[in-house]
Amino acid sequence: MGSINLRQVRKSFGAVDVIPGVDLDINEGEFVVFVGPSGCGKSTLLRLIAGLEDVTSGSISIDGRDVTHAPPARRGLAMVFQSYALYPHMSVRKNIAFPLKMAGMDEASIEKKVSDAARALNLGDYLDRKPGQLSGGQRQRVAIGRAIVRQPTAFLFDEPLSNLDAALRVNMRLEIGELHRELGATMIYVTHDQVEAMTMADKIVVLQKGRIEQVGAPMDLYRAPANRFVAGFIGSPKMNFIEGHEAARLGAHAVGVRPEHMAVVAPQNSDWRARVTAVERLGADTFLHLRSDSLGAMTARAGGDESFELGSEVGLRPDPARLHRFGPSGETLAA
Amino acid sequence: MATTHTRTAARWMAAPSILLLFMWMIVPLGMTVYFSFLHYNLLSPGEESWAGLMNYEFFVTDPAFKDAVFNTLYLVLGVLLITTVGGTLLALLLDQPFWGQGVARLMVIAPFFVMPTVSALVWKNMLMHPVNGLFAWIARTLGFQPVDWLGAYPLTSITIIVAWQWLPFATLILLTALQSLDQEQKEAAEMDGAGAFSIFRHITLPHLSRALTVVVLIETIFLLNVFAEILVTTNGGPGTASTNLGFLIYMQGLLQFDAGGASAGGVIAVILANVVAFFLIRAIGKNLEA
Amino acid sequence: MARATTTRRKALMTALGWGVAFVIFFPILWTFLTSFKTEAEAVTTPPKFLFFDWTLANYHEVNSRSNYMRFAMNSVIIAFGSTLLGLLVAIPAAWAMAFSPTKRTKDLLMWMLSTKMMPAVGVLIPIYILFRDFRLLDTHFGMVLVMTLINLPIIVWMLYTYFKEIPAPILEAARMDGATLRQEIVDVLAPMAVPGIASTVLLNVILAWNEAFWTLNLTTTKAAPLTAFIASYSSPEGLFWAKLSAASTMAIAPIVLLGWFSQKQLVRGLTFGAVK
Repeated sequence: MGSINLRQVRKSFGAVDVIPGVDLDINEGEFVVFVGPSGCGKSTLLRLIAGLEDVTSGSISIDGRDVTHAPPARRGLAMVFQSYALYPHMSVRKNIAFPLKMAGMDEASIEKKVSDAARALNLGDYLDRKPGQLSGGQRQRVAIGRAIVRQPTAFLFDEPLSNLDAALRVNMRLEIGELHRELGATMIYVTHDQVEAMTMADKIVVLQKGRIEQVGAPMDLYRAPANRFVAGFIGSPKMNFIEGHEAARLGAHAVGVRPEHMAVVAPQNSDWRARVTAVERLGADTFLHLRSDSLGAMTARAGGDESFELGSEVGLRPDPARLHRFGPSGETLAA
Repeated sequence: MATTHTRTAARWMAAPSILLLFMWMIVPLGMTVYFSFLHYNLLSPGEESWAGLMNYEFFVTDPAFKDAVFNTLYLVLGVLLITTVGGTLLALLLDQPFWGQGVARLMVIAPFFVMPTVSALVWKNMLMHPVNGLFAWIARTLGFQPVDWLGAYPLTSITIIVAWQWLPFATLILLTALQSLDQEQKEAAEMDGAGAFSIFRHITLPHLSRALTVVVLIETIFLLNVFAEILVTTNGGPGTASTNLGFLIYMQGLLQFDAGGASAGGVIAVILANVVAFFLIRAIGKNLEA
Repeated sequence: MARATTTRRKALMTALGWGVAFVIFFPILWTFLTSFKTEAEAVTTPPKFLFFDWTLANYHEVNSRSNYMRFAMNSVIIAFGSTLLGLLVAIPAAWAMAFSPTKRTKDLLMWMLSTKMMPAVGVLIPIYILFRDFRLLDTHFGMVLVMTLINLPIIVWMLYTYFKEIPAPILEAARMDGATLRQEIVDVLAPMAVPGIASTVLLNVILAWNEAFWTLNLTTTKAAPLTAFIASYSSPEGLFWAKLSAASTMAIAPIVLLGWFSQKQLVRGLTFGAVK
């Protein structure tokens, strides 16, 4: 239960192709993350799957059943919205019960399911409150509760953590991951935050301008990005790109190397030299912002306790096995 | 949020409103235009005959028409002047902190909720009556000759009554607009050395301009339709001294039963109102985008 | 506004503010006071302001003139009937425009507004004739219909501006949860929009209650509301100001109270959302 297949799904608003044509297979029980910069079409793609928007052409099937033209309620999906979209005039209890009531379930079963969900989500004490009286994290849990009581074939999450503060976000990330392991249901999760994508996904779908740039497991994308866009989008801090003479020397249009894959050494020990323009100390790590004429702006990672002086020169020694080479149109060149 | 399904539903949901309003607008208007080309007396139905432009000719050349147009303009412009200037001053006053501000504010807006027939009668009898009215008493107390307001200055009197009804409207809207003025803007201007008058002239007034436009245009729409106040106080007289365009059409149609002539007048009134509506719609339309 | 105002300035403003407010409010206050006087006291010179024999006789008399209650009832029927009918028609339309807008939605709203601007006299003759021929003259149904039609644009507009403030995802969530269109509007949208719907009702009741063109021209006795009742006092010149005042007070009191109650929302409704 819970496989979703997209075939040549296209969506245009007027003359603008938001999604020019996407093929995607999501397997049962997978945690799939759609990630990309804002405006990349990830939310639109999710809404197409949800049935909140019509596809312009192509087909969507869930568990082998064609649902391209089915209304949202008939697709057996549940969605958690960015704004949570709780019904403000209903108590938490009624919010969670709403989909069951719509499905015509009897009162006793509704009551049982709501209290089960409330227990699982630690909402027991809040059942009679209105959403307005809850904190952001609690609202988030109510939205999830409303989604799980229906026992949907798949869950859709539309940037659900973007309205929470940083600490809560880490917590909810873990909770959603736990929920996924418990329920074993398919989940599709939309975010612009590559950290969420890396930490939560079984499978990441990187989107740009409505096109799928790459699909794969988080570490596969990290290790072997299909192109310069994915290379730059996945990983934090971002990969350094070097163009021009240095890249040409390595037989590429551009060369990419992640900050964590360069050793910071004394200037005389390396061909790559750069001046320190800023030092960011994170405790365990130190990030150096560097600049040089031949390399451009770079970021490098060093140990937390090493000391650097602004304006001083350092040498950089990349791990040759972790160098990425890109062609003129951004495609990854074979090693 | 738009699937074909919801879009289709939306069309059906909007249809009744649109159809009703369309019929309300187009059917009577079509009939008015049609009647305006007929000799048509309400007392002798079945004897309609084609009149061409004769109704228009009669209506426009009637000396009462010229008076009515003048009276309409006088009434509209007079009330607009009183209410915008008075409303701005009142709004500025009510925006100042003072004791019992809330109650004073309620008192000021109250006249807007008084039905036109009541305000007209109260003013006519209890305030403006030449013998027993309060104004007459005040005049006598101060040693002046009491004025027969509605007899001697019928149009001005009606203008005052109508302005009294609309002053609260202007005040309320301008006050609301005033309260949305960013306080920091004023403080910044003060830091820049602007005095109270400069702040009003360069900060407050520009901020109020949109609200003022809305006030002027909406009032105009209603003021072109002033009817009950005239009917109850002067019946348009003496002569045509307080007959506005609407009242003239009413007399032509429902008192003299000349449906053709009244319809010709109606068409002219619609055209005039459309000129105003054009500007109002543009002003409000601009705000829609914001 | 974190500014200390001097007490002197505040006292001055208080005097000025109350003075102006008193002058503007005076005709209403005067009507109210006069309604408790005898007819003789109502016209005495010099006028008596507070020191007269307060009496409720005028109210009793106006009430006992059997027809007053009928006029009042007619006002209630017309004002509330037209508001209810208007909501019924306008809520779906406002839903459609707020949550499923098309390129034409804005034009449509503007067009609705423009129907409001048609001068009533322009269509007086045809409406009169249609009403006569369909036997709607002086009927409740006819008056409710006219009042609904003239206020429908305002109702749609007001509801539209309130609905626009409700986040669309909540309705989408309802759709995902399996709500039908009717359930979406009745169980989710309407309860959320209660404040907006309430202010729409208030404004519309006020406007319909005070409407004095169609009510004067299309009714005579059976369906005539208070506007017509009060107008009937204008014909004979007589000394009945106390009774006129009592009738007027009763006619305007509920609406003035309603208006005071809803002054904030009123601005938005009266300016079609252009001033908030």
